[in-house]
Amino acid sequence: MSISIQSISKSFGAYAALEDISLEVPDGSLTALVGPSGSGKTTLLRIVAGLDFADPGPGKIAFHGEDVIDIPAAKRGVGFVFQHYALFRHMSVAQNIAFGLSVLPGAARPKKTEIRDRVKELLKLVKLEGLDLRRPHELSGGQRQRVALARALAIRPKVLLLDEPFGALDAQVRKDLRRWLRVFHDEIGLTTLFVTHDQEEALELSDQVVVMRNARIEQVGKPQTVYDHPRSPFVYEFLGNVNKLHAGKDVRYVRPHEIDVLFAAEFDPATDSLARVHHLFSAGPIATLTVKLGDGQFLDIELSRRHLAELSLSVGDEVAVRPPPFERGQS
Amino acid sequence: MSKRRVIPGFGLSMGFSITYLSLIILIPLVALFLKAATLGPAEWWFILTSPRMIAAAKLTFGASAAAALVSTVFGLLVTWVLVRYRFPGRRLLDAMVDLPFALPTAVAGITLTAIYAPNGWLGETLAKWGIEAAYSPLGVFIALTFIGFPFVVRTLQPVMEDFGSECEEAAATLGAGRWVIFRRVIFPMFIPALITGFTLAFARAIGEYGSVIFISGNLPMQTEILPLLIVSQLEQFKYEAAAVIAAGMLIVSFVLLFLINLLQRRLSWQNR
Repeated sequence: MSISIQSISKSFGAYAALEDISLEVPDGSLTALVGPSGSGKTTLLRIVAGLDFADPGPGKIAFHGEDVIDIPAAKRGVGFVFQHYALFRHMSVAQNIAFGLSVLPGAARPKKTEIRDRVKELLKLVKLEGLDLRRPHELSGGQRQRVALARALAIRPKVLLLDEPFGALDAQVRKDLRRWLRVFHDEIGLTTLFVTHDQEEALELSDQVVVMRNARIEQVGKPQTVYDHPRSPFVYEFLGNVNKLHAGKDVRYVRPHEIDVLFAAEFDPATDSLARVHHLFSAGPIATLTVKLGDGQFLDIELSRRHLAELSLSVGDEVAVRPPPFERGQS
Repeated sequence: MSKRRVIPGFGLSMGFSITYLSLIILIPLVALFLKAATLGPAEWWFILTSPRMIAAAKLTFGASAAAALVSTVFGLLVTWVLVRYRFPGRRLLDAMVDLPFALPTAVAGITLTAIYAPNGWLGETLAKWGIEAAYSPLGVFIALTFIGFPFVVRTLQPVMEDFGSECEEAAATLGAGRWVIFRRVIFPMFIPALITGFTLAFARAIGEYGSVIFISGNLPMQTEILPLLIVSQLEQFKYEAAAVIAAGMLIVSFVLLFLINLLQRRLSWQNR
């Protein structure tokens, strides 16, 4: 089901957490809300879930066209996954997953055997077969997060909302789980909105990126579009490393991988600048080179290690650097 | 003990702890039992099974348990309000919880008596209903509720603050109503802390003297509590008998507290 958010505002006293937010989350998409802390992304997610209330006014939140703003969280039918899992520690994994079904009122509650089958099915879905009797404290962080996901899915939610789902995990688990979630989402096709402060996560995982800043939406678009054509300097700087080049009053943003490095002998005054190698770092698949331009500005450049080896540079060497041709809308 | 330890000062701090505990707890208790031991088993039996003693023991342990239970239920509610909601006057309410700690118990006793006596503010109304609050076992219970209450709140508060409200929110998004959230999520989560609070309130109530003696009326066989029985023995210079009653009380208390502790350990292990 699509999520449609229309002119939602939220203030805590004098502090505005959200200012007139409107956003469409297409049916079946995986949409990332990304932004620095305090940008309002979690507040927005909580309002969609019904865990917080938007300021009174014309604001609307609709799932598949149906306004849900007056429906309490318990009846809204959203699956919500918390950063710190929020598992019920006095219950087993199976009881946790079954919770949403077991609290349904009499007539709507499935039979015990049906609940058991559904839990089995969900455990299989999140690849945790055989752990049904464990307690949350006996699981790893990644496993707990998947239990939380299974628990949220048990109620067959209309939409899935994830608040910093990988925030509390180590780097490796994070990467694995991220990839797994993408595949998982494609399998079940549930409209998903997730919050992250990690731009790399947002870009890698989502169909649509929503960059937020200071209670407002800065830019919405496909990851590729937002990355390649940032609408503002903020988005440019927020989504990945960027060089800020000052030329008089103008500022030009250039990503480190967009710059070519050539031998000083190949210097072309029309496009290139001369620079001196200041620092070399090549412990990784991509080498990073920092060069100092004639006017004293530093420039970070990313290039393949192979290319670096061909250039056989060392600190202090002179090189020619060639930024990409100037595009409109970059300054 | 000659093993090297990462945290320094084990010998010194352990030695100090044992000395300190001996001075303030162990030595007085040993002295108490030595005093009680000057009487033979037959006299112990006679004192501990006298009808007046039995009646006082029933009242003391019974009223203490009941008061601790009520304190636990309402302590949970008050803690809930203090931790989960933000409202004007919250700090004031929070500070008020500690008042029974600070107030001299005799003052509390006299105040409660004045209120609950048949001619007092609340006593008058209760008397119309035929309920005798002061000078009755109910009075003992009221006094013990008053003094036990802060223990529950102060035990529960940090635990509840620590938990945050995510589990409750998770339960809400899963479709649980308020009562179901309380019964199936909050209550089980806080059981270990509730038991600790109950135990503290219970233990405190068993030993309580000051507030009870004013409101109870101190009728032998009816509203007399064990600490009072001990004091009245002392006033008659029957030190050995007083020591025997105290020793008996200690043994029963110790066994009860030990059992509650066992129960709590089991539950908190499950709850981890």
